[in-house]
Amino acid sequence: MNIQYSDALVIGGGLAGLRAAIEVAKTDQSVTLLSICPVKRSHSAAVQGGMQASLGNGAKGEGDNEDLHFADTVKGSDWGCDQEVARMFAQTAPKAVRELASWGVPWTRVTKGPRTVVINAQKTVIEEKEAAHGLINARDFGGTKKWRTCFIADATGHCMLYGVANEAIKNEVKIIDRMEAVRIMHDGKKCLGVIARDLTNGELTAFVARGTMIATGGYGRIYKQTTNAVICEGTGAAIALETGLCRLSNMEAVQFHPTPIVPSGILLTEGCRGDGGVLRDVDGYRFMPDYEPEKKELASRDVVSRRMMEHIRKGKGVKSPYGDHLWLDISILGRAHIEKNLRDVQDICKTFNGIDPADEGPKGWAPVLPMQHYSMGGIRTKPTGESQWLDGLFACGEAACWDMHGFNRLGGNSCAETVVAGMIVGDYFADYCKKNGEVIDTNIVKDFLTKEYEYLKSLANKDGKNDVFEIKNKMKEIMWEKVAIFRTGEGLKEAVDELEELYKKSLDVKVHNKELDCANPELEEAYRVPRMLKVALCVAYGALLRTESRGAHYREDYPKRDDLNWMKRTLTYWVEGENMPRVEYDELDIMKMEMPPAFRGYGAKGNIIENPLSAKRQEEVDSIREKMENEGKGRYEIQEALMPYELQAKYKAKNQRIGVDYE
Amino acid sequence: MSRKLTIRALKYNPLSKISKPQFVSYELEETPFMTIFVCLTLIREKFDADLSFDFVCRAGICGSCAMMINGVPKLACKTLTKDYKDGVIELMPMPAFRHIKDLSVNTGEWFEDMCKRVESWVHTDKETDISKIEEKIEPEVADETFELDRCIECGICLASCATKLMRPNFIGATGLLRTARYLQDPHDERSVEDFYELVGDDDGVFGCMSLLACEDNCPKELPLQSKIAYMRRQLVAQRNK
Repeated sequence: MNIQYSDALVIGGGLAGLRAAIEVAKTDQSVTLLSICPVKRSHSAAVQGGMQASLGNGAKGEGDNEDLHFADTVKGSDWGCDQEVARMFAQTAPKAVRELASWGVPWTRVTKGPRTVVINAQKTVIEEKEAAHGLINARDFGGTKKWRTCFIADATGHCMLYGVANEAIKNEVKIIDRMEAVRIMHDGKKCLGVIARDLTNGELTAFVARGTMIATGGYGRIYKQTTNAVICEGTGAAIALETGLCRLSNMEAVQFHPTPIVPSGILLTEGCRGDGGVLRDVDGYRFMPDYEPEKKELASRDVVSRRMMEHIRKGKGVKSPYGDHLWLDISILGRAHIEKNLRDVQDICKTFNGIDPADEGPKGWAPVLPMQHYSMGGIRTKPTGESQWLDGLFACGEAACWDMHGFNRLGGNSCAETVVAGMIVGDYFADYCKKNGEVIDTNIVKDFLTKEYEYLKSLANKDGKNDVFEIKNKMKEIMWEKVAIFRTGEGLKEAVDELEELYKKSLDVKVHNKELDCANPELEEAYRVPRMLKVALCVAYGALLRTESRGAHYREDYPKRDDLNWMKRTLTYWVEGENMPRVEYDELDIMKMEMPPAFRGYGAKGNIIENPLSAKRQEEVDSIREKMENEGKGRYEIQEALMPYELQAKYKAKNQRIGVDYE
Repeated sequence: MSRKLTIRALKYNPLSKISKPQFVSYELEETPFMTIFVCLTLIREKFDADLSFDFVCRAGICGSCAMMINGVPKLACKTLTKDYKDGVIELMPMPAFRHIKDLSVNTGEWFEDMCKRVESWVHTDKETDISKIEEKIEPEVADETFELDRCIECGICLASCATKLMRPNFIGATGLLRTARYLQDPHDERSVEDFYELVGDDDGVFGCMSLLACEDNCPKELPLQSKIAYMRRQLVAQRNK
């Protein structure tokens, strides 16, 4: 019987998991990290555009601070986020980017003097201050007041991931790759660790730890059209769901990105539009200013995606064998800019479509279509990252829903979240592991191991009626057809019914290779697909029940954001043996918000069913602010009075900026 | 206008007593801009669910899918079928790494070991206060570090390397690039002498025979040749001190 012990166990080797593991390792506890692929291959590597942090170094970032970053994040979330978490995040993000710099992440730096940029399709000269020369630069992204997205050309994630992974190796994090967590062990109250399967030889091991963290990323691969890597199947969230205790939250909040390239679905970064690229239709016409005169291509992602689909529905899409699409034109940025700052974008266009996007005119336009991109929902946790329903189980990064993004995430905020959550949640997690050293009942561990072995053996020996790949592809189609950018009650009902049928079928598949003691991709599909279906059902069912439109969740039959009835999180859980998730809700308290619900600043106005508490709370906020300002109080004190939040002192410390010092 | 493709893939399970290495052929209809990723995904879904291979990003940035394609190591996700005129494509796992099964090899363990050997992280005695304004770095210097930070650890340089095949402990172009990267990074306070300790031998920079297939095949077009030469000059100077 294989059992391995460590103080802390992290599942998932992307930025969030690695950063959290480092936080634990720094406390001199042993930490084991399991990853289904070598950690530097994680999907974090795909981040192109950058991470938001309010450093305020560049001319276009001047005056930026945590307050503006917080406000942008809350608006971006369509008021669906946990504002205390958004505060924790905005306060820590500058520290995260600076820490990464000290670890050698080669952030693009500010060069003093004039430089030409493209703003609203016009070449404009901006002047960078002498004092900022050599500090970390930032580019523009959608839905932000300032240029706040720190970047390294368009390989930001790659450089961050390598910096963090190397630091994890230095800190002696025990990394075990090609090791897949397949079951969470628990005694009904407390998490004991996981059973994991070695993907090279099929062996099962029980990894026992004082605390377990899930940082396995998102679930984009339940969709047919997605920008996600092939490993993003949501099975980390699914094993939490399968405890029967943990809740997944806001699973219907699925983000669609405006500019994946057609047909491969490989993402062309938001930096394309941030740097000045525009969208064009079949006539070569730039249509976004007609829909969103203020923010144009840089309205938030949910809005741009919907506007694009709307425009295609009007017959303005470009016909292709893969369906209608639109064009992304970055040639106006100039070849030199593209070859320096958008090099991977150019490489992707050339390799996968035979297009050089630096070529002027229609020749260089890239075919794009909105596709699934990001999972705002995930394993529900407290702001500390711990599950409310299973002690000792933590989650962070995209796999988690500590609820920083609500119903729509801003570009540059997820990659920032990975490291920030890795720091904050990692620290709470390290604390938990240190304080909770109870003796573990190895009988429970043994039972879990035996049960899992028997399950996999019976699965391998299945000679059922169904083909697992057919089921998987059918699920992806249903999700894309009926649970995508535009949703209706009718379509969602069909989706839920069909997914439930598929789930039942997925329990009766045929597995040809019966070998348990080697890499067996067919067996892997056989245990992953039912899990993916569970996740898909949580998404579709949550979407069916949520009769409003908020952020990326858009119901054509309920187009208004309904603050009166839907200021709440969806929580789904799964009772073993059932074929459908169960749903409950968690209210968001408007009276505790620093920023009560209001208009987002983009999208249609007046599209809200208002909650009277919003106005009431706004009055309260205004009067507190006015009173304190008259008393000469600073922004930190006012913030504290409006909405106090907990954060470790080392992260809550004020951030220094050029020109304003700590103010 | 589509044509028939023949994909010949090596199948072998080294953990099995009865498995023998053999090629299996699969016939597919070619589609526009078809890649080996698309081919292998189809093969697994339609013909052979048991065929082992690795993909993660399928966009040429994670490095997981390197394999021998008609005898040349390449990223399968970025390799287009249209570039093979006769429509016959032979796939084999990369040499130089431990074989897992079929087209899958264990690059992860090799690269983690390499990282430890060259201590691939910033060495400094400075304490960074992350609440304070970051250290200034000249923009060109940051850009140059980035140029050397772009390696995706796909292993293609090693699979291309004659020295590596003869001398299993050879650190390879990727390991030497890593030393050049940290020597270049102003955050790292290691001296040339420190790097000499790490790679100043025949398993390091003096083992390279300068055949340069590493640079020819590198999918990220990294300056491996000039950086190996640079490290060698630096370390030779160190030895002659």
